[in-house]
Amino acid sequence: MGLESHLGDNILTTTLTTMVNWARKSSLWPMPFGLACCAIEMMSVVAPRYDLARFGAEVFRFSPRQSDLMIVAGTLTYKMSSVARRIYDQMPEPKWVIAMGACAISGGVYNTYSVVQGLDQVVPVDVYLPGCPPRPEALIHAIMEIQKKIEKESL
Amino acid sequence: MTETATATTTTTHVMTINMGPQHPSTHGVLRLLLELDGETIIKAVPHIGFLHRGVEKLAEYRTYQQCIPLTDRLDYVAPFSNNLAYALAVEKLFGIEAPERAQHIRVLLCELTRIASHLLWLATHALDIGAMTVFFYCFRERETIYDIFEMVSGARMHLSNIRVGGVARDLPGGFLEKTRKFVAEFPSRLDEYETLLTDNPIWKKRTVGVGVISAEDAIDYGLSGPSLRGSGVDWDMRKSEPYSGYDKYHFTVPLGRNGDVYDRYRVRIEEMRQSNSIVHQALNILPGGDFLARIPNVTLPPKEDVETNMESMIQHFKIIIDGIRPPKGEVYLSIEAPKGELGFYIISDGSSHPYRLKIRPPSFVNLEALPKMVEGRLLPDVVATIGSLDIVLGEIDR
Amino acid sequence: MNKMDNEAIATLVKTRFPEAITGSGIFRNELTLIVKKDCVVDVARFLKENKELDFNFLSDLCGVDRVGTDGIFEVVYHLYSIYKRHRVRLKAPIVSNDPRISTVTGIWITADWHERETYDMFGITFDGHPDLRKILTPDDFEGHPLRKDYPLDGRQPATLRDTYRKGEA
Repeated sequence: MGLESHLGDNILTTTLTTMVNWARKSSLWPMPFGLACCAIEMMSVVAPRYDLARFGAEVFRFSPRQSDLMIVAGTLTYKMSSVARRIYDQMPEPKWVIAMGACAISGGVYNTYSVVQGLDQVVPVDVYLPGCPPRPEALIHAIMEIQKKIEKESL
Repeated sequence: MTETATATTTTTHVMTINMGPQHPSTHGVLRLLLELDGETIIKAVPHIGFLHRGVEKLAEYRTYQQCIPLTDRLDYVAPFSNNLAYALAVEKLFGIEAPERAQHIRVLLCELTRIASHLLWLATHALDIGAMTVFFYCFRERETIYDIFEMVSGARMHLSNIRVGGVARDLPGGFLEKTRKFVAEFPSRLDEYETLLTDNPIWKKRTVGVGVISAEDAIDYGLSGPSLRGSGVDWDMRKSEPYSGYDKYHFTVPLGRNGDVYDRYRVRIEEMRQSNSIVHQALNILPGGDFLARIPNVTLPPKEDVETNMESMIQHFKIIIDGIRPPKGEVYLSIEAPKGELGFYIISDGSSHPYRLKIRPPSFVNLEALPKMVEGRLLPDVVATIGSLDIVLGEIDR
Repeated sequence: MNKMDNEAIATLVKTRFPEAITGSGIFRNELTLIVKKDCVVDVARFLKENKELDFNFLSDLCGVDRVGTDGIFEVVYHLYSIYKRHRVRLKAPIVSNDPRISTVTGIWITADWHERETYDMFGITFDGHPDLRKILTPDDFEGHPLRKDYPLDGRQPATLRDTYRKGEA
């Protein structure tokens, strides 16, 4: 944001930074990039018991142009890798990525000819969430880690 | 009105639209290339392979027990049924049978899995068509089923609670009460969903007469499961080739008539009721006895023996490290998974790794019939038809 | 229902096609018939259209790589009769250099995708197939992964970091 760089580093900008970060972290709009089994646990997070709407992340937009958090849930294959990169590029800044599940982090069980051994070969990842699949509480933990990361960001 | 000297001609072009692979309604990473004339579909071409993980090749490098968690992740909505199909195929290869208690436990868990799978189908199918409330209701029941699964095996989704020759561990204390409570209140929950959808005029307008396939075409295209029974073909493998003690249960197989989305919806709702009844019967007739057969060199010896007896410890070590070795030969075994005929074709060369593991996924074959069902219909009907076929990309692409 | 037992099915088919069926076997109560690859379409059509056999459902069609042990590929067909409730397995051995066999999509439409997958995974060409192209592997993937000489972790390319994250920290 251009205006704040002219105002310099003082009480005005730090308050503005805190407010903007608070607004960003409390209304994260995730884009579920559900590929495989982890997508089912991601659906459970949206479901009534582990309600993600409490954290402000209710609006699950499948359109990348209207989201700020990409949750890649499942195995990324070579055939899908160009799609993942294109979707990531379509998201507007600021954006964050959660690699959910063992397959997204490092290929998981599948050390085979068609599986990318880690999402970070394709897009930069902010939070790695292990599990096969990770419990819904673990996904909520990951989103809270993203929120902590957002709090520390400067404009 | 006469034409002027410069005659104008109109040409029509067919519009090609890409749906997926990242799309909320394709139920996974499916890409559909649709050629449209206005909103009417002229041609639909599915492209798959975006989740191809090489499971069949990976299985050739794993022992027979190590393949069990791989099978979980095929149809990840109904994991236990994949486990069951694989374990039954390996047992057929060995020529052994699980003890009675294990068979009834397997039926119980398999039918709970069927209910969970159909609940997810209903949640996503209704959500795609626009009925969002049903999604939240269905997931409420699914969470109860997941609690039961977690009690039995420690995992919510990928149970892998099965072993060649039985199940991995016995049912824990508290399981019977929890499952009885679920079984008692589930029919009333199903009535709630039916109140929302079955006689709803909007639902009927979106689903009656949509995605029709005749019985002859369905058989020719290899459809199976509720997608086939919606067209009126009476084939359920639990009745025609009973496995794991299914012949001891009383249940009916619902059939549709017109082969449209609405009939497939009615078939699956009724199947959920029948599955609930099977679970109820299983809870009542569950016998005592072993949960795992005792066959040397195939099944693990009981833990008490392993901790006290030297031979049992050596057996345990050998089976885990070396693997189990079936005789040379090949088998094909299929079961009635929630999506259709799930088959495993295993070729054994006598070693502890399968020589060839071929998985016959029901969704792969069901998806082939999608172009036949949607050509000539409108674009929103594609969404309804994909939902009614109940596909899971994990088993299509393997 | 008129379910036939395995010996009766084998006898009926062998009587009709004495030269085409080169072998048969029953293991774990499953009948396997080994067919010469040039006769597969005729045998398959007979199996579907004969009123007693009535194999109207093609459960599965797959390939097996036996090049290391027997020097052949095999195409395996699993057939089922929905109304008679019996099953049979057909196996057609194919030579390993330039493996080709006729398609059965004219008999069961469902063979379409199964044959595409067998072509993709093994490189077996199905003559007469309406649209034989790869189905599971990416379009720029070279090779046939399920052949025994293809490595399990033969990724193409080995890493995507150079493609997508070049120049990043």
